[in-house]
Amino acid sequence: MAVPTLALPQKKNYINAGSGLKSWLLTTDHKRIAILYLISISIMFLLGGLMAALIRMELLTPAADLMGSDDYNRLFTSHGVVMIFGFLIPSIPAVLGNFLIPLMIGAKDLAFPRVNLLSWYIYMVAGVMVLWVLFNGGLDTGWTFYTPYSSSVSTSEVLPTTLAVFIMGFSSILTGLNFIVTIHTMRAPGMTWFRMPLFLWSMYATSLIMLLGTPVLGITMLLLFAERVFGVGIFDPALGGDPLLFQHFFWFYSHPAVYIMILPSMGVISEVIAAFTRKRIFGYRFVAFSSIAIAIFGFLVWAHHMFVAGMSIHAALIFSLLSYLVAIPSAIKVFNWSATLYKGSIQFSTPMLYAMGFLGLFTIGGLTGLFLSALALDVHVTDTYFVVAHFHFIMVGGAVMGYLAGLHFWWPKITGRMYSETWAKLAALITFIGFNVTFFPQFIVGFLGMPRRYHTYAPEFQVLNILSTAGASILAVGMILPIFYLTSSLWSGKRAGKNPWGAAGLEWETESPPPQFNFDETPVVTVGAYNYGPVEDKIG
Amino acid sequence: MAHSDHDNPALGHHWESFEQQHQGNVMGMWLFLSTEIMLFSGMFLAYFIFRMLYPDMFTAANHFQNVFLGTVNTAVLIMSSVTMVLAVRSAQVGNNRLLRIFLLATAFLGLVFLGIKAYEYYEHWHEGLVPGLHWTNAELIADEAKGIFKGSAQIYFFMYFVMTIIHALHMTVGLGIVLTLWWRARDGRFLKEGFDPIELIGLYWHFVDVVWVFLFPLLYLLGKQG
Repeated sequence: MAVPTLALPQKKNYINAGSGLKSWLLTTDHKRIAILYLISISIMFLLGGLMAALIRMELLTPAADLMGSDDYNRLFTSHGVVMIFGFLIPSIPAVLGNFLIPLMIGAKDLAFPRVNLLSWYIYMVAGVMVLWVLFNGGLDTGWTFYTPYSSSVSTSEVLPTTLAVFIMGFSSILTGLNFIVTIHTMRAPGMTWFRMPLFLWSMYATSLIMLLGTPVLGITMLLLFAERVFGVGIFDPALGGDPLLFQHFFWFYSHPAVYIMILPSMGVISEVIAAFTRKRIFGYRFVAFSSIAIAIFGFLVWAHHMFVAGMSIHAALIFSLLSYLVAIPSAIKVFNWSATLYKGSIQFSTPMLYAMGFLGLFTIGGLTGLFLSALALDVHVTDTYFVVAHFHFIMVGGAVMGYLAGLHFWWPKITGRMYSETWAKLAALITFIGFNVTFFPQFIVGFLGMPRRYHTYAPEFQVLNILSTAGASILAVGMILPIFYLTSSLWSGKRAGKNPWGAAGLEWETESPPPQFNFDETPVVTVGAYNYGPVEDKIG
Repeated sequence: MAHSDHDNPALGHHWESFEQQHQGNVMGMWLFLSTEIMLFSGMFLAYFIFRMLYPDMFTAANHFQNVFLGTVNTAVLIMSSVTMVLAVRSAQVGNNRLLRIFLLATAFLGLVFLGIKAYEYYEHWHEGLVPGLHWTNAELIADEAKGIFKGSAQIYFFMYFVMTIIHALHMTVGLGIVLTLWWRARDGRFLKEGFDPIELIGLYWHFVDVVWVFLFPLLYLLGKQG
């Protein structure tokens, strides 16, 4: 393993506190568990990315070049399952949240350190099951497992996959539970709710969704599993079941799950923008409460995925209206971040570049979401590449950009080393360009009517598809670069010091990397978050 | 104060005080139970949807339940909640002997519940009421074929089995923990080190009982008056 080589003769920290594989696999230190997660989800991300590359290669021409429809079905399903359950849902909470929550509130660890380790092991068991499925026949239902196809028709590996998703849910539930209890009970003296960094508000909101949404997905997977094994019609209409019930169940979790993916990124963006404008976030309380509002509204909009599924038109109207409402707290955030930039001492370091990318891409992703909540327009674009482009703007342009912003922002804290700023800025730029070239054409081709989930398409769509595939190649470069410069920083990076960005926040007041129990003395908080002086400029 | 607390090994290194640890533990259990409520509410929702879709089928299938055993089991479970409360109370007043007696009594009642449930499952198997595996009940199959009710009675029994088996799994886990605590309590440790574990299993046990209080009328007492 690469990480223990960091154990240089310096102050005791969480990395050199113990050595050997066992000290990592049996650790209860939230910072080490974050590293375990970082390694595991990075593997998932690379696998999912590889599948995306194959998808784009197949779509280079209108004909079936690399594979037939069966293989293509398995390919995009695996891409979805691996990216959503394996990467996006755990990403920021399990890595950055795990690492930062105790540091940001001045605690020694999360409330339940052993439960935290357990949640990583649960994740690993489920992750291995998903990988097993990939190499043993795969799954062809799409990541949405729609019935009755998944329960009665498909001959692919539905059972192990549903079981894996069911198990992985517990990892998410336990993480959310741990975070909420920690934030409630373990804040350092003086760390009131409204002195907390906004990252913590967004982690709190995310945890609420994990805690209350995930069990519903669990029971859905269990019912699907049992229906498939015993052949009783819960969801299959041929046996007296109700296929719409499955969709309601599924989206009751899976729509809020979108907010599990984006809310943590919003938290990261608040931290990064405050640090690199040297300002307190404009309208702190609005941004804090908008996270909670998104978590609550997020539970009330699930059926906008089902406008064409044969639902009652009255229900559809209400879900359409509620979906518009989610735009309000999201817009509050975007406006407040923009207002924070005003008259700030803006510094375009790498995390800030990613954050700026996030602002633009999330706005486009969010606004096209409004297209999809409009009942009439949604009928036109349902199951087209317009939808694909929309959610990739949110999940890659939003969630992944936020994750990369956070990873670059706190990398010096996590490892004690600085990465090459030149390479990192280059990667941020390449990612931004590659992303736009990949996904913007998909809005157009989708609006023109190209359906998603087919490996062949009408020849008139080819130009836009070539553009998209070319963009994906650029994006791939942007995603691979960080592996090199971040890894090499572990050996050759400059020492970071406590606070390389001159940022405010408890996590920057302790050593980099932090000592095993985070702080030598429990800190006492006397000021609110983002307490940047009028001419704040102290580095180091 | 924080320093003297840390001489006691029962206080986790990351907590400042017993009070904080207690607060965290209890909150953690309540949050866990809220997750459980969402898990069960998914099943209850499915139940209600099928009951609305196929009301006559639910009434017809429900006639095959043994209401007597169900009632006995409900009483047994409520009794076990009483003994659980008494166990927590015994820990609070520092009576280790009573604590262990009431933990054992709770486990015993839990075991009786599971035994009766198992006997009911055995009866269902004999009457051919197990969907998918052993669905041979002549009466229900004939009524369904004649179109006396809409929908397949397999759906009612499927929901019944899913809900009661998941409930029974929760009972089994609870039983295992109660017995473990009973065993660990033999040296009186919960009186010296704090009784958070007893209090937490108490919360869990009551929750599982409350779930049954909903399951019993919904699964056993449909349309008996008619």
